[in-house]
Amino acid sequence: MTLRQGCFAIRKKLTRRQEGTLLVLSFVLPLALWAAVSYTPFLYHPDMRITDAGDSLLCAPGDRIDRSGFERENKAILENGGVPMRGVRANPAWLPAPHEVAAALVTAFKTPPRRDGEPWFHQSIAHSIRVVFLGFLLSSLLGVPLGILCGAFPFFERLFEPVVEFIRYFPAPVFATLAVAILGINDAPKVAIIVIGTFFQQLPMIANTTRQADPALIEAAQTLGAGRKRILMRVVIPSVLPKLYKDMRILLGWAWTYLIVAEVVGTTTGISWFITQQAKYRNFANVYAAIVIIGCIGLACDMFLAWFAKQIFPWEAGCRTRLYRIFAEVFGPRDQVFSFTLKKHSPENVEE
Amino acid sequence: MEPLPDYKQMTPEVRDRFVRLKRRPVIMEGIRVCKEFPASDGPRTVLKDVSFRLHHREFLSIIGPSGCGKSTLIRILAGLETATSGEILLDGKAVTKPGAERGMVFQKYTLFPWLTVCRNVMFGLETAGYSRDGAENMALQWLDIIGLEKYADYYPGQLSGGMQQRVAIARALAPQPRVLLMDEPFGALDAQTRAQMQNYLLEVWHNIDITVIFVTHDLDEAVYLSDRILALKANPGEVNEVIEVPVPRPRAPDMLLSPEFQATRRHIDELINPNRRAQKPDFKIINMVGTRNYL
Repeated sequence: MTLRQGCFAIRKKLTRRQEGTLLVLSFVLPLALWAAVSYTPFLYHPDMRITDAGDSLLCAPGDRIDRSGFERENKAILENGGVPMRGVRANPAWLPAPHEVAAALVTAFKTPPRRDGEPWFHQSIAHSIRVVFLGFLLSSLLGVPLGILCGAFPFFERLFEPVVEFIRYFPAPVFATLAVAILGINDAPKVAIIVIGTFFQQLPMIANTTRQADPALIEAAQTLGAGRKRILMRVVIPSVLPKLYKDMRILLGWAWTYLIVAEVVGTTTGISWFITQQAKYRNFANVYAAIVIIGCIGLACDMFLAWFAKQIFPWEAGCRTRLYRIFAEVFGPRDQVFSFTLKKHSPENVEE
Repeated sequence: MEPLPDYKQMTPEVRDRFVRLKRRPVIMEGIRVCKEFPASDGPRTVLKDVSFRLHHREFLSIIGPSGCGKSTLIRILAGLETATSGEILLDGKAVTKPGAERGMVFQKYTLFPWLTVCRNVMFGLETAGYSRDGAENMALQWLDIIGLEKYADYYPGQLSGGMQQRVAIARALAPQPRVLLMDEPFGALDAQTRAQMQNYLLEVWHNIDITVIFVTHDLDEAVYLSDRILALKANPGEVNEVIEVPVPRPRAPDMLLSPEFQATRRHIDELINPNRRAQKPDFKIINMVGTRNYL
C-alpha cells in the first residue's frame, strides 16, 4: 500500500501519487457528500414536493412544503372527507442537486435575460471582471510605487504609514454612500470601493515586504560604488520582487472579496446582480453556477500567476524556464541565436 | 622536541622583502580610529586608537579575540560605518562613505541571486560607467581568471559556497579597486574548501596589482596568507602588536609545518589567549561515572 506509507509523518513530503490522490479527494469528498444528500431520499430531504394536490386549497403540484405541514394539511383534508395530497420527499429549493447545477453552468449562459436591456450572464461576468481589474490596477499604480518608497526610505514611511494605518481600519463599505455622492451611480463608485479596500492594505504590505530586502546585498552594492538610485532600482526592488509578486496575488484575492460589496453600491450590477436576480426567481441552480464560476475565475487567475512567476523569476526555480529561453532566442543578440541549444549540448562545453 | 626559534628572526631575503615593502607608497592609513556604540550603561568602546599603515601590494590580516571589533574596523574602512573619532585615509583622502575604490568580500554570500554569475561581475563595472558590451567582455575575462567562465550563465544559487565566494572576489576586483577588504570571507566554508580558497586567493593576489586587508579569526589562515598581521586586543579593541610574518613567499601548503610558521603562530596564539597555558577551568567538573570501575 504505497498510499498509506508515511501519510501522517510530520512535515514529511508526500509522494507525487499521494499528492495527486489528495488533490482529487479534496474536491471529490464535498461533492460526494452533496450528491449523497441530494440523491438518497432518506438522507435529509426535509420537505415534500407535491405531485398531486388532491382536494387541498392551499397547495398546487410542484410546491414544496415541509413534512409536518404536509401531514397537518392532509389530516385536515381527511377530516373533511376530501382526497389527500400526494407527494415525494424533496430537498428545499436552495439545495439543488449536483446535476442541476452542472446543467445550469451551461444554461445560465444560454438563457436570455428576462427583460430587454438586461445583461446576459456572460456580460455580467465580464462587467465584474472589468470592475475588479480596473480597481486593482488603479490601486496598484499608486500603491506599489508608494509602498516601495515607504519601504526603502524611512522619510516616506513616517510621512505616509501612520495615516494609512489609521484609514486601514475603516471598513471599505463605509465609503459607499460618499463614493456615490461624489462619483455618481455608475461604475466609478464601485471601482472606488475596490481601490479603497485594496490600497490601504496594499501600501503597508508592499512597504513591509520592501523592508525585508537583505541589508547585506545593499551593503555589497554600496561597496561596488552604486548610488542611491541604482541601489533602489537594481538591488532593493529586484531582491524583493518575487515576494512583492506574491503579495500582489494575495491582494488580488482581496480585491475580489470587495467586489460583492462594490457591486451593490449605487445600482446593482455584474455577478451580484445576476445572483440576486436568480435568487428572486428561485433559480438556485443558477446562483450556485455563478458562485462556482467566480471560484473558477479566481483559481484560474491564481494558477496562471503562479505559473507566470516561475517564468519571470528563474533564479527562484534555480534554472531558466521554457518561456525565458524562448524570449532569449527571440529578443537576444543576433549572433546568439540558438546559443542555448549549442551551449547545452556541444561536447567541448560539457568537458573540461 | 626542538624549541621553536624566535618569530622575529628572519632570513635576509625575507628581511629585504619587508624593507622593500615599507618603501612602497602608503595606500591606506588609519589614524587613531575610535568607535563607540551606545549601550544602556553609557557608550561602549569597541575600537580605541587603532592606527596602521597599508603599503602598496601588501597583504595585511587583522586578527584578534572574538568581540575585539575586527569586523567593525573593516566595516569602517569600507565606509559602511563611521568612526566616532579618528580618520581613514585612502591615497591621502579621507574615507567617509562606501565607494568602488574599496572592494569588499563578505562572510555571508552576497551575490545578487537574481543575476547570473556574469551579470553579478558586471554590476560594479556598469556602475563605473562601462557600456553593457564592454562590461560583459571584462566580466568574462574576470571569470576566466577565477576559472569559472563556464558558469557565466548560472545563477548563484546553483553554485557551491566556495564557487560563490570566488565569484564574489571577482565581482569585488572587477571595478579595479585600490584595496580589497575581506571580512572573514572563508568563514562559512568547510576546511578543505577553505584551504583551496586560501591558495587560490594567494594566486590571484600574486597575479593582480591589488592590496588586501583580510579579517579572520583563524590563526593559520592569517599567518599563511599575510605579510603583516595586525593583532587586536579585546575590550577595548586596541592594536596589540603588528607582526611581520617571517615565512618566505611564494607560500606553499607545506610551509604550515616550518619552524618560522609555527613560531609565529605560537606567538600570536599567546598574544590573543595570554593565559591559556596557566588557565584552569573556572568550573568544577563533577564525576558522574565513578573512577573505581574504570581504573
